[in-house]
Amino acid sequence: MPSPRYTREIPQRYRLEAAKCKKCGKIFFPPRLVCSNCKSREFEKITLSEEGKIVTYTTIRVAPEQFSTQVPYNIAIIELNDGVRLMAQVVDCKPEDMAIGKPVRMVFRKIQEEGAAGIICYGYKAVLA
Amino acid sequence: MREVAIIGIGMTKFGELWTKSLRDIFVEAALKAIDDAGVDHIDSMYVGTMTPGLFVGQEHIGALMADYLGTAPIPSVRIESACASGGFAFRQAFIDVASGINDIVLAGGVEKMTDGADVTYALSTAADQEYECYHGITFPGLYAMIANIYFHKYGASRKHLAMIAVKNHKNGALNPNAQFQGEITIDDVLNATMVADPISVMDSSPVSDGAACVIVTTVEIAKKLGKPVVKVIGSGAATDTIALHQRKDILNLDAVKFSAERAYKMAGITPTDIGFAEVHDCFTIAELCIMEELGFCERGKAYQMVEKGETALEGRIPINPSGGLKSKGHPVGATGIAQIVEVVEQLRGNAGKRQIKNARIGLTQNMGGSGASSVVHIFKIE
Repeated sequence: MPSPRYTREIPQRYRLEAAKCKKCGKIFFPPRLVCSNCKSREFEKITLSEEGKIVTYTTIRVAPEQFSTQVPYNIAIIELNDGVRLMAQVVDCKPEDMAIGKPVRMVFRKIQEEGAAGIICYGYKAVLA
Repeated sequence: MREVAIIGIGMTKFGELWTKSLRDIFVEAALKAIDDAGVDHIDSMYVGTMTPGLFVGQEHIGALMADYLGTAPIPSVRIESACASGGFAFRQAFIDVASGINDIVLAGGVEKMTDGADVTYALSTAADQEYECYHGITFPGLYAMIANIYFHKYGASRKHLAMIAVKNHKNGALNPNAQFQGEITIDDVLNATMVADPISVMDSSPVSDGAACVIVTTVEIAKKLGKPVVKVIGSGAATDTIALHQRKDILNLDAVKFSAERAYKMAGITPTDIGFAEVHDCFTIAELCIMEELGFCERGKAYQMVEKGETALEGRIPINPSGGLKSKGHPVGATGIAQIVEVVEQLRGNAGKRQIKNARIGLTQNMGGSGASSVVHIFKIE
């Protein structure tokens, strides 16, 4: 992907930076400019918990082109301990190891290679805790 | 607000239409609708299409289609809401006529998906690129996540999803415009290649080309033209978070619920008044969740309705008599309009072998992405 687009997301992908609404306390990942809960525009920067659990999951067997060498891979919606949900691959385990409610921990990993030049894109994945 | 009716319908066959171009399939459907309506002109056009830019490298669809339909210089604009583009195009046509701005309006939908583009990628642009697709999710994968939590919470299984595919293929086998006109068995679905567990290829709608168009006007003009009056009695639309994981409850398709509530309110009816429905079964699990959001049953009970055959063609409330997206095909931008074509055929009593007895009030529900947008319309024959 074009480098400005990649660079903009680095605080979220590398460090799990989120925005907490100063008025109602709702946490947004990624950060937003306006709170969808109370319409406030004032936020403070926070870092999300790296511990959480699987809300739901699947195993991808037919993948988009840039992920085709990784199949089959697990992907889940994860609820972190601060209540924030995100989507991430769950790695270092088999499809049959996946289950709703299992505890996971976020880790920093290579996500995909971009384009013919193979530029490496990084971000978060999860492992079973 | 003026009362609105549909006086013309037309669609191409859905499928792999390799010998026909994007513009030609749209014009083919539009001409059928215009001929069916018997009108000598139209005042404006709305064309629903999701991503012709990615599928065939063509944007500026409103102007292109007015040009090739020979209706330029009338106003014509493309409407996009991912897989709900057709339904939203119809809603714009409805608003255009109801408001009194235009009298005779064409609402159409078109998609050309089999020209060689990376379809999985093109469709995934309807999800959150930075926070879903970046991690390798696909649309079957998103619906698979909904299915897994549905199974976990309510005790349904892949067999129930398979029953939906079997029912929709049974209906599609009676539809000459359907992409797949053959019946399948529960085992065909259970043994099919897995795409994203627990969604198999036979739980998934196909990649399709196709177009559908309808002509909308006032009830007054429809009566003057001596047409059967299929009235649009309700229209509702809604949105939700683009990313599935941001929803308060992964199982709740709030956009479907709100769009339905608004349509029921406008129509002054309740879910029990609906005789049959065409709903957005892009994957089998979607049909279950939508039935619950539309109020056809309690939450978590839709799979039992399917099991009892209540949604079959001869059931209490037939769902997807056309074969649905699963069997009829899913040229994404055309789907919302094709659903309306089916409801009008049923209400006119012209649905042939798949005719529902005493069809009086029908509903269409068309959805974008993993449920981030939804549009519902309710129709009644006078």
